[in-house]
Amino acid sequence: MAKQKLVMIGNGMAGVRTIEDLIKENPDAYEITIFGKEPHPNYNRIQLSNVLQGDMSIEDIILNQLDWYETNKIQLFTGETVVDIDLDNKEVISDQGQRVAYDKLIFATGSSPFFIPVEGIDKQGIIGFRDVSDCEVMIKGAEEYQDAVVIGGGLLGLEAAKGLKNLGMNVSVVHLMPHLMERQLDAAAGAMLKQELEKQGINFLMEKQTVEVLGDERATGLRFKDGSEVKANLVVMAVGIVPNKELAQQAGIVTNRGIIVNDFMETNIEDHYAIGECAEHRGIAYGLVAPLYEQAKVLAKRLANVPTEPYEGSVTGTQLKVAGVDLYSAGEIEGDDQTKAIRVHNEFEGVYKKVLIRDNHVVGTVLYGETTESTRLFRMLSNKEDVRDMTSLSILQAAGEAEEDDVAAMADEVVVCGCNGVTKKTVVDAIHAHNLTSVNEVGGCTNAGRSCGRCKPLIGQILEHTLGDSFDGAAAKDAICSCTTLDRDEVVAEIKEKGLTSVKEVMHVLGWKNEEGCSKCNPALNYYLGMIYADYKDERDARLVNEKMHANIQKDGTYSVVPRMYGGVTTAEDLKKLAEVATKYEVPLVKLTGGQRIGLFGIKKQDLPSVWAELGMQSGYAYGKTLRTVKTCVGARFCRYGTQDSMGLGMELEKKFERIDTPHKFKMGVSACPRNCAESGIKDIGVVGIDGGWEIYVGGNGGTDLRAGDLLYTVKTKEEVMDIASAYLQYYRETGHYLERTSKWVERMGLDHIKSVIEDEKVRRELISRIDQTLERYNEPWQEAIESDEIQGKYYRPVVTN
Amino acid sequence: MTTQTRVKVAKYSDLPVRNGVAITVGSEKIALYKVTSGEVYAIADKSPHPKGGVLSEGLVSGHYVFCPVYDWKISLADGQVQAPDQGQVKTYEVEIERDEVFLRL
Ligand code: SRM
Ligand SMILES: Cc1cc2nc3c(=O)[nH]c(=O)nc-3n(C[C@H](O)[C@H](O)[C@H](O)COP(=O)(O)OP(=O)(O)OC[C@H]3O[C@@H](n4cnc5c(N)ncnc54)[C@H](O)[C@@H]3O)c2cc1C
Ligand code: SF4
Ligand code: FES
Repeated sequence: MAKQKLVMIGNGMAGVRTIEDLIKENPDAYEITIFGKEPHPNYNRIQLSNVLQGDMSIEDIILNQLDWYETNKIQLFTGETVVDIDLDNKEVISDQGQRVAYDKLIFATGSSPFFIPVEGIDKQGIIGFRDVSDCEVMIKGAEEYQDAVVIGGGLLGLEAAKGLKNLGMNVSVVHLMPHLMERQLDAAAGAMLKQELEKQGINFLMEKQTVEVLGDERATGLRFKDGSEVKANLVVMAVGIVPNKELAQQAGIVTNRGIIVNDFMETNIEDHYAIGECAEHRGIAYGLVAPLYEQAKVLAKRLANVPTEPYEGSVTGTQLKVAGVDLYSAGEIEGDDQTKAIRVHNEFEGVYKKVLIRDNHVVGTVLYGETTESTRLFRMLSNKEDVRDMTSLSILQAAGEAEEDDVAAMADEVVVCGCNGVTKKTVVDAIHAHNLTSVNEVGGCTNAGRSCGRCKPLIGQILEHTLGDSFDGAAAKDAICSCTTLDRDEVVAEIKEKGLTSVKEVMHVLGWKNEEGCSKCNPALNYYLGMIYADYKDERDARLVNEKMHANIQKDGTYSVVPRMYGGVTTAEDLKKLAEVATKYEVPLVKLTGGQRIGLFGIKKQDLPSVWAELGMQSGYAYGKTLRTVKTCVGARFCRYGTQDSMGLGMELEKKFERIDTPHKFKMGVSACPRNCAESGIKDIGVVGIDGGWEIYVGGNGGTDLRAGDLLYTVKTKEEVMDIASAYLQYYRETGHYLERTSKWVERMGLDHIKSVIEDEKVRRELISRIDQTLERYNEPWQEAIESDEIQGKYYRPVVTN
Repeated sequence: MTTQTRVKVAKYSDLPVRNGVAITVGSEKIALYKVTSGEVYAIADKSPHPKGGVLSEGLVSGHYVFCPVYDWKISLADGQVQAPDQGQVKTYEVEIERDEVFLRL
């Protein structure tokens, strides 16, 4: 018998999850066709906020790559919209004129942003926040324009606002109500949230009703009911969503707010189903994935003809995915005269917790500033547990206290991943059955952690608890790129064991999927090989542009030149040379960098060798995964507080370690007293002079994820500083993952562990000897280029014009 | 109808393997690549990413180049940007006769 044809309209989160579940139930039940309006495979819409905020790329959020569709023999049409349905002949019709016949049809069309019907709403520059293309418009808009306004202070609006702020815009949020996220938070938590976001630079216009969008073709501002106005060249509408029901409605299926379905996701017409945000179940159209995934399970079983419990609706919990904000809410928010509230408001630490109880049952919770109990409270709420015998004290439990025991004591049926409804037992069973060792693998088997990601730390704890001693956080498996399934440690071990010596050989022998690798593994392998073999011959073409060119590429294809200025100390002679070169080559920008030296920006590629030659200086490696700068303060030679020669030590450190390859860039600072004018507290290695000695701080970072350094040792002499720096740096080189800054590495390895390695006299000596040996292999790269016609011909040749 | 011209742009033996070469022909900026298997490709030297970026300095792997500025993966053969990113770069027909490399444009 020929297979039945299943067609699905919409290639989004709920729809594709249904298909995944269906395939698990019965891979051969249907011939499946999916239409998706967007030009992408199925991606994690929830993480768009992270894409906008700059923490993830689109590639990072793809849930099902194209080969998943192929492997499962699913016919996918992306960038193609279904515009009509012929119910009589059971065919869907696309905007490209394609007609596809079906036996069963699923509507999984999601919803659309609601645009408030005011004058001027159709002007350019007004968008919703729903898909990849909205993100792209915002990213592009941020380049051209200054002022953004988000209408709506709910979940989506605030995430959009934070993203736009990160993109460098002035952002105001317009909100109709007196406090933010009023559907999820009470006034107290809403006020705390507002205060935090104001601190992060977002402006709020509360209790404002928009009545008009100003501007000619493009929006220039908004006018409010009270007559006031605000400037805006980019307006994001985030006041709510409307289910995409039109297609079903046109075809004669019963709709209300959404497409009406019963407890099995069936519409009023046989063989026609609806799932996700477009569906309305018992009067509710859900807008979060957790309930949608429960619906998906039911529908998948129904389609596979497997008996299933009905879907009877869900209780939902919400969190906000904005850095610096920990917030969770579920169930009722305000309570009534039947409810009793347990409230903790710790203004000092910015923590607010409220639990609403009615008839001995938790009916709602709002947590702000500290949300570790969210899972437990949500369970009590959704399981309607009787809380009579519980003490209310535990809600005051300190953060992190007895977390380990929490996992041990956690009952099997506790839901670990709210989005995907995965219980502790499911996670533990999967770990045992498939020998899982990483959070990502658990996600692959159970779906836990694959949506909002909030549960990942908990899954990590369960892994740790389940595997006991055999769990090694460092060994958690993460392939180095999509060309291989091997992780960093496996690759390094294979290189050593098989004696592999070149990037090409590694890819060949270890069975790389792409013969010449990709932009992730080429530089990584080149690094690992150079770390393993002290006399490694670098493969220049495996490096990405900046390191290959020994100059940093600029947006227009020109380069920057930043010469060494050891310890930030220069001379009149050198300044003259810089000035002469800048004049002669008409350098567009001469700038003091944040690293205490001078950068020449906007130099043409073919001029690089002669600029270097005329400067007669060394490369400052402002482009490399290596030692960047050693910032120093004036110190004891001049400063009245100085206790040590900070400039001297800084220059010595810079001269010793310059050029050494490291997993990521590496920065140092030396200050001569605790006033710390060289900012040693936020350096990969920061040294602070004190009376009679030096303090050595490690793991500091002043970049994306600010981290204060940890005190590693206090020592007496400069020689000891040099030794510890050598051993520390080499240990980082030998154990760091490519592109892992020391701030992350220190946290992964643990400071005590690192200390125990360095304190072992024999190990320390060996580390020092290996780094010294490695340092011998380097030549000055600018000099090398000046002297070699071959290098100039290959890398710096002028553009040939025909 | 457009007429095509044939322009000599390089010596085959001069082209480095896996390392793009930037040329301009008239007003067009073009990146030439000789890949490991020996074929030569020519594509416009500008990434279709909204913020642009040159392609000639990108890392070459097989028949693909990775944009040096935004890391998009682009096919040298048809100029197609690989998923999940999107776009297409203009490609030029390459002809090799003895040691001469010609472009049609
Ligand atoms: C030139 C300079 C800015 C300036 O005008 O002062 C600069 C410029 C760039 N920085 Fe920086 N950073 C500069 C000091 C810093 C500092 C301050 C410092 O070193 O004291 C920081 C924070 C400190 C830190 O790293 O802990 C800094 C944190 C970053 C980061 C975030 C790193 C992180 O781990 O969080 C990046 C992105 C990256 O490396 O992935 C980055 C990346 C970049 C790149 C290379 C971006 C790129 O890939 O093109 C910029 C190159 C510009 C160009 O066109 O050449 N830059 N960058 C500074 C050069 C210092 C030098 O003399 O070498
Ligand atoms: C920025 C953002 C942040 C979010 N954060 C969270 C969060 O933290 N937690 C949470 O639980 N939820 C969150 N959500 C909500 C969550 O993403 C949605 O609930 C979920 O994606 C809905 O799934 P769906 O399949 O119903 O719809 P969608 O994922 O929207 O998929 C529907 C798809 O169908 C396509 N389509 C529509 N009509 C047609 C047609 N006629 N032909 C072809 N294709 C069509 C659409 O283009 C779309 O790709 C967030 C949403 C956004 C936008
Ligand atoms: S760190 Fe101390 S010694 Fe150095 S310049 Fe500042 S005040 Fe002076
Ligand atoms: S709770 Fe959202 S992914 Fe697990």
